[in-house]
Amino acid sequence: MTGATLLAAINFHTLLFLLFAGLACGFAVAVVLADNVVRMALYLVLSLASTAGLFFLAGAEFIGAMQLMIYVGGTLVLLVFGVMLTAQAPFVSIKTSTGDRVLAGVVAASLLALLLQAAFSVDVWRRPGVGEVAPPAATPLGMALVGARVDEPAAGAPATAVRSGYLLPFEIVSIHLLVVLVGAAYLARAKRRRTPRAIEVAASVESPSESVQSTGSRAAATGTASALVSGGSR
Amino acid sequence: MNLVSASWLPPLFAAGLLGEPVSVTHYLVVGAILFTAGIVCMAIKRNALGVLMGIELVLNGANVNFVAFASPYLRGEGAVSLGLDGQVIALFVILLAAAEAAVALAITLNFYNNHSTVDIDRADDLKG
Amino acid sequence: MADFLIESIGLPEWLAWTVMAGVAAFLILNVIAGGALVFIWAERKIAARIQDRLGPTRTGGRFGWLQSLADGIKLLAKEDLMPEGADGMLFRIAPYVSFCASFCAFIALPFAFDFVGQRLNVGVFFVVAVLGLEVFGVILAGYASASKWSLFGAMREAAQVVSYEVPLGMCVVVPVMLAGTMDLVTIAEKQAGWFTSWYLFHDPFTFVIFWVYVTCAVASVNRAPFDLAEAESELVAGFHTEYSGLRWSFFFMAEYGSMFLVSALAALLFLGGWNGPIPVAQLLGLSEGTGDTAHYLVRLIGCGNLLLKATLGVLIMMWVRWTLPRLRIDQVMATCLKYCTPIAAAMFAGAMLWQLFLPGGLIPGLGRPAGEIREGWLEGPGGMTAAPAAAPNEKPNETPSKKVAQVVR
Repeated sequence: MTGATLLAAINFHTLLFLLFAGLACGFAVAVVLADNVVRMALYLVLSLASTAGLFFLAGAEFIGAMQLMIYVGGTLVLLVFGVMLTAQAPFVSIKTSTGDRVLAGVVAASLLALLLQAAFSVDVWRRPGVGEVAPPAATPLGMALVGARVDEPAAGAPATAVRSGYLLPFEIVSIHLLVVLVGAAYLARAKRRRTPRAIEVAASVESPSESVQSTGSRAAATGTASALVSGGSR
Repeated sequence: MNLVSASWLPPLFAAGLLGEPVSVTHYLVVGAILFTAGIVCMAIKRNALGVLMGIELVLNGANVNFVAFASPYLRGEGAVSLGLDGQVIALFVILLAAAEAAVALAITLNFYNNHSTVDIDRADDLKG
Repeated sequence: MADFLIESIGLPEWLAWTVMAGVAAFLILNVIAGGALVFIWAERKIAARIQDRLGPTRTGGRFGWLQSLADGIKLLAKEDLMPEGADGMLFRIAPYVSFCASFCAFIALPFAFDFVGQRLNVGVFFVVAVLGLEVFGVILAGYASASKWSLFGAMREAAQVVSYEVPLGMCVVVPVMLAGTMDLVTIAEKQAGWFTSWYLFHDPFTFVIFWVYVTCAVASVNRAPFDLAEAESELVAGFHTEYSGLRWSFFFMAEYGSMFLVSALAALLFLGGWNGPIPVAQLLGLSEGTGDTAHYLVRLIGCGNLLLKATLGVLIMMWVRWTLPRLRIDQVMATCLKYCTPIAAAMFAGAMLWQLFLPGGLIPGLGRPAGEIREGWLEGPGGMTAAPAAAPNEKPNETPSKKVAQVVR
């Protein structure tokens, strides 16, 4: 087979799939193997971004963009924020003991074998996609979220299948997010209110000569902490 | 047609894997690897944030499977596709993962404030 | 173009697609790199004029045209320093993360009707999402530099960018709601005609929200008066304190790239995209179907239109930068949470009600409801309406998901 025919035989979709799949899996393994928590965060970002690429390749453009925006752009920024707040020198790298690693390797190998066995076990899944090409659109997804299904029935589904909208789950998720938002705001407020009392207590316990100095430094320390926490909660 | 199962290990350049369209199984393999990596990450990391990252990986692995089953492109001959349902579930997983991460992060930061460490092996106050 | 390559030159299909992708990537890369050179020169001249100076005058003739090129060569030749306590790998990789995020967003940005790297169904969403990833490069740079100035800058940037994504998203949603799609090409096509059909002049609410968008866009690309991440009066140089040479210039290319990007997005969403204020092409009868050359010419003019609008946006950002003083971090947060977000929410509700009760506009006939352009799913065999639409034919493109359509056939 000459180079040109070999190139012509390449399915570019598959090539891109292999590229993104390799990146996603490679960085996921790197997250496990890395000890430095900041590097772990970086690898996780890259792994999740590559997964977004996989979603685009599967025709789920909205999910891919959602993954980039909420997961990578929101959740992981929050996570990196947490990493930075706690990344004091001794905690940047916490080593895992060798015994744990070996045990984890054995468990991982068996779990992976099980999952791969399951993935290859169904014959229909192994057949290459028939590529029914409808231009991907986000509108049916949006309509489904407000309770109206305008998409066609899933390919190959029985004609009697029930196709429900998603208004109720959508509302539940909205309320859930609101609760989380309020909770986060509450946590940030509680920290700020406690600050003056902590200083008071510190001042009353220590001797007068020291207290001036320590109050100053403590105020600075708690001030920084509360500023960071309130920043983080946003 | 059956190249995936027959020759998974031989080099990718044997245009067999490169020449065939992607099937659902390809995505399931990726999902399995992400899932396993996440489980291991949750199990062996002693940094609380590392455990959180493991959870994210597990959720992501599950999402890959949902999207694969929902995709009209990957559906094999005679298979049933999840259609829009799979995408909606993936969407909810992403949203709830965001909420879950916020709460877990708040717990971690409180733990850090009280114990001055993020090593979860030191969280043994309730030990009898 | 790929069809042209296949049919008239006789290239094999795979090579034609590769060439297509290469040309598109080359063009986009040059828009960023070349644009950065021009914008840096423009920024120096504008800054100088605003401060009553001359700015660069010597390199390359009277106006110092070649100043940024000379600077670039200087940066290339500079020693590449890394602080002692830095995390080497992260320190090296951070500028590229920033640059890649800025570059990736250009994939989905249409320059004219067919001039788009990859026409995405969720174009707006994709661009805003990828733009938000730029913050990772800055955070990593701040952490890896092992300097407290850098870390402070990175922390500020993270808080600021994440906060401003909320009002920015709300502003972007309004044109999406009016157009009924997130496809940037369709959104811009819907504003064709006289400038009165631009979404900026659609109703009073969109007019207000455009200015909220401008504020948030300036904040989200960290330009003054919101450049807290590199506040040089307090933080030396913020997150890039420890960077020098080529890596530093990558941060700058990313910054100018995203400035251009948010300006182009503003043009596409509110200012009619590639449609000029006066529909010259339509008046001359150069609409679709009058021959390939005329067709192409119209697109080229449209491309020029968009570039002009985006460049104007960048110039306005420079004007703002050298005119307004920098805000404090608490003022930045207050602007976002106390002003931008509520105003954007109120305007969003207002635009929604306007669309509901006055869909034709106050003066009927001025704003033309562009009903004939629909998303593809409506026209399918099972779609809701069978309206024969002048919807743009999906031209197979070079990048991933279109490949699916093309390959699996």
